[in-house]
Amino acid sequence: MVESVDVAVIGAGVVGTAIAREIGRSNRSCLLIEARSDVGDATSKANTAILHTGFDAPVGSLESRLVRRGHVLLREYAEQTGIPIERTGAAVVAWTESQQAELPGLLSKALANHYDAAELISAETLYRREPYLAPGARGALAVPDESIICPWTTTLAYATDAAAAGVTLRLDTTVQGIGRDPDGTHLLDTSSGPVRARWLVNAAGLASAEINRMMGHDEFTITPRRGQLVVFDKFARRLVSSIILPIPTGTTKGVLVAPTIYGNLLVGPTAEDLPDPTDTATTPDGLQSLVAAGVAIVPELAGEEVTNSYAGLRAASEHRDYQVSCEAERHYVCVGGIRSTGLSASLALAEHVVELMTGAGYPVVTRAGAPAPARQPNLGEAFMRPAGDPAAVAADPEYGRIVCFCERVSRGEVRDALASTVPPRDLAGVARRTRATNGRCQGFYCAAEVATMLRSESPSR
Amino acid sequence: MSEHVDVLVVGAGPAGLAAARTLARGGVRDVLVLDRESQPGGVPRHCHHGGFGLRDLHRSMKGPRYAETLVHRALDAGVQLQTESMVTGWSDPQTVTVTSPAGVRTVTAMAIVLATGARERPRSARLVAGDRPDGVFTTGQLQQWWYLRGLPVGHRALVVGAEHVSYSAVLTLRAAGVTPVAMVTSLPRHQTVAGFAAMTQRGLHVPLWTGTDVVALHGHGRLEAVELSDRGTAANRNVAVDTVVFTGDWVPDNELARSAGARLDPTSRSPLVDQAGASSVSGLYAAGNLAHPAEAADIAALRGASLGASLARSFGELDVSERRTVEIVVEPPLLWSSPAYLDVGSVARVTDLPHGLVLRTAQFGGRSGVIVEQGARELARFHRRHLVPNRALRLPLTWAPNVDPGAGPVRIRLR
Repeated sequence: MVESVDVAVIGAGVVGTAIAREIGRSNRSCLLIEARSDVGDATSKANTAILHTGFDAPVGSLESRLVRRGHVLLREYAEQTGIPIERTGAAVVAWTESQQAELPGLLSKALANHYDAAELISAETLYRREPYLAPGARGALAVPDESIICPWTTTLAYATDAAAAGVTLRLDTTVQGIGRDPDGTHLLDTSSGPVRARWLVNAAGLASAEINRMMGHDEFTITPRRGQLVVFDKFARRLVSSIILPIPTGTTKGVLVAPTIYGNLLVGPTAEDLPDPTDTATTPDGLQSLVAAGVAIVPELAGEEVTNSYAGLRAASEHRDYQVSCEAERHYVCVGGIRSTGLSASLALAEHVVELMTGAGYPVVTRAGAPAPARQPNLGEAFMRPAGDPAAVAADPEYGRIVCFCERVSRGEVRDALASTVPPRDLAGVARRTRATNGRCQGFYCAAEVATMLRSESPSR
Repeated sequence: MSEHVDVLVVGAGPAGLAAARTLARGGVRDVLVLDRESQPGGVPRHCHHGGFGLRDLHRSMKGPRYAETLVHRALDAGVQLQTESMVTGWSDPQTVTVTSPAGVRTVTAMAIVLATGARERPRSARLVAGDRPDGVFTTGQLQQWWYLRGLPVGHRALVVGAEHVSYSAVLTLRAAGVTPVAMVTSLPRHQTVAGFAAMTQRGLHVPLWTGTDVVALHGHGRLEAVELSDRGTAANRNVAVDTVVFTGDWVPDNELARSAGARLDPTSRSPLVDQAGASSVSGLYAAGNLAHPAEAADIAALRGASLGASLARSFGELDVSERRTVEIVVEPPLLWSSPAYLDVGSVARVTDLPHGLVLRTAQFGGRSGVIVEQGARELARFHRRHLVPNRALRLPLTWAPNVDPGAGPVRIRLR
């Protein structure tokens, strides 16, 4: 059977789900195609989880504009849906004289990016805010609106809204070829059957250049840039109050130390250009160097345990800006090269895509009666979660039955995730929806129970 | 909701149950034990091998039976026991917050005994690099996976570690129909009793690769190989397995102790306690493998019972500021000592502590002298036929009455 839709979106990462949500809420039908078994299961799940202001984006770039706009939109959307955000602020710390000399330039850049809340602070002020920082800092640029966010909930919220608005989600589906009908309709040859779509949006992340080539384009290539990250125990959370950034170099923001929304402390990422778009392995050298880098910035980290480590691949192109283009006559929008700011820009990218399509003579207009954004479970450590909430437990004892002790996740929350609009297929999927198994014991106590629930309560099995 | 009890015990494993029982038998009226698991008994619940109960109950039984016996003994003594009740934090130094299906409440107690146990250090905390496939276990997780849940495990497994629990992991793997391909340890030899090691190597044909580090895990979706590095040759090799079990390398579950502000040992991360289990925080005690990660269950139970008995005797006079403590300092290669203090104000109890001072060493050693001294004065000297890392080294406390409260720390070193 051939499925026919108005718009097919390839890629259910944070960008693709945001676009599908926007189109789903419009007068157009939409199909969202994802190669992996879950939404947000590649670049979108393994990053530094920071909601950027765009203060240090390339001035005048599309990225600068969309991160700035996306930040505002995502903050609003998070209020509506319950995506946890903490406005921790960031400090770009200068450790040497030459780095100190770069700070005024960074401040000017922030202003040029229309971000006017940044300020230069003295070493004294910095140490008052960050007393556990290693000695030797000479000053910093404070960026009060840089925030930490839950990247998993964000993608899930978009996907949930999209599904509620009528978008069909096809997981485990790769696009093998793209043909064209004489009337201009795209004919997608996918691993789960053919799809006809009047418009095509390429949000395939690491595979975006490949899809672009299927469409006959070669404006960019993607060189996966691996970022390894180390997550320290919750007891390390007290060691920083804001995101500690190094002075950025040309290619990367460098190794940062940041609190996570789950109450941990994160060190990373590395930046390694790789040929293999599937190589999300950490390396012994990578992990050792990150621990050493973390201890160099916050010496007390030496006494803390590592809870987790992971690696993500940024879909970096050879260009300094996003690779977003619309080919009106071919009914094709490409959203590629979204390097490390896709989460922050996601809603603005979706808005931009819809504007491009409308501008190309294919109006995509939010329809009356599109469902309101759905509330998401709050995974933020700084917020009330069910197992600590007397009212929630009184209303449903399953919220008082804690299964994951380290992360304080109740059976009720796992049950809810398994019955949700976009349910998990495996333990990692449960973890991204509830935090279960993500804690310091890494499943010593709870993995067997959660796996049992997954097997018995998951509707898909 | 708020509730008041005389003594709250957190954790219904061997140490917590034994402590609660002796507290109740010692005349403390209101003893409440809370456990976050759905069944009481702690780790023995999922250890289906024999040998439990030898030193405390003087018979050998399998883990689940032992757990059940300890539960009944505590209940018979009049202890209140609630499961699915997790202590989530402190609202003041004598009051904890508790979540259970019955609700969120606080419990205030005159004394709180933490018996939260220890867990095995997982892969990530060991900084083992590579992919994040399925098929990665700790022994505790594996035992629950198979014995409590009957979930399929895999086909071919590598066991990381060669201490007691590692051999238990081999048995669990075999019970689950998994072939243990090999055991691997960074150290030059196994750290268990010779009989287990010989039986596993020659009887079960599971080789032990010594001097070998685990470098990385490989596999997308499911584990495909474990990358090992030989310490001698620095050569790396892959072993094709779909399952790996990280065993031992115990970490105390010190979250409540630490968040209460209790001083911790810098190496073991256990709360520093005296021979009565008293921590640096007034009214807060630590029992069992939280205080010495990890001893056998029966030793945890015996020491828990001793803690309960002494706490019952001194109940009502719990101010730590009045204690006269002498610190116990260990010198390398010794790693830590439990207790880490002696309360010389109550010398009569010091020698009662079952199995005395528990120590750990970082290095193997042959015939060794263990010297206990205070300043220039030698208090005792013990001889051991061998010293083994990850394994108990215990010293009697016979010398403790001779400690001079004003003469500084007691030092323990190897000769």
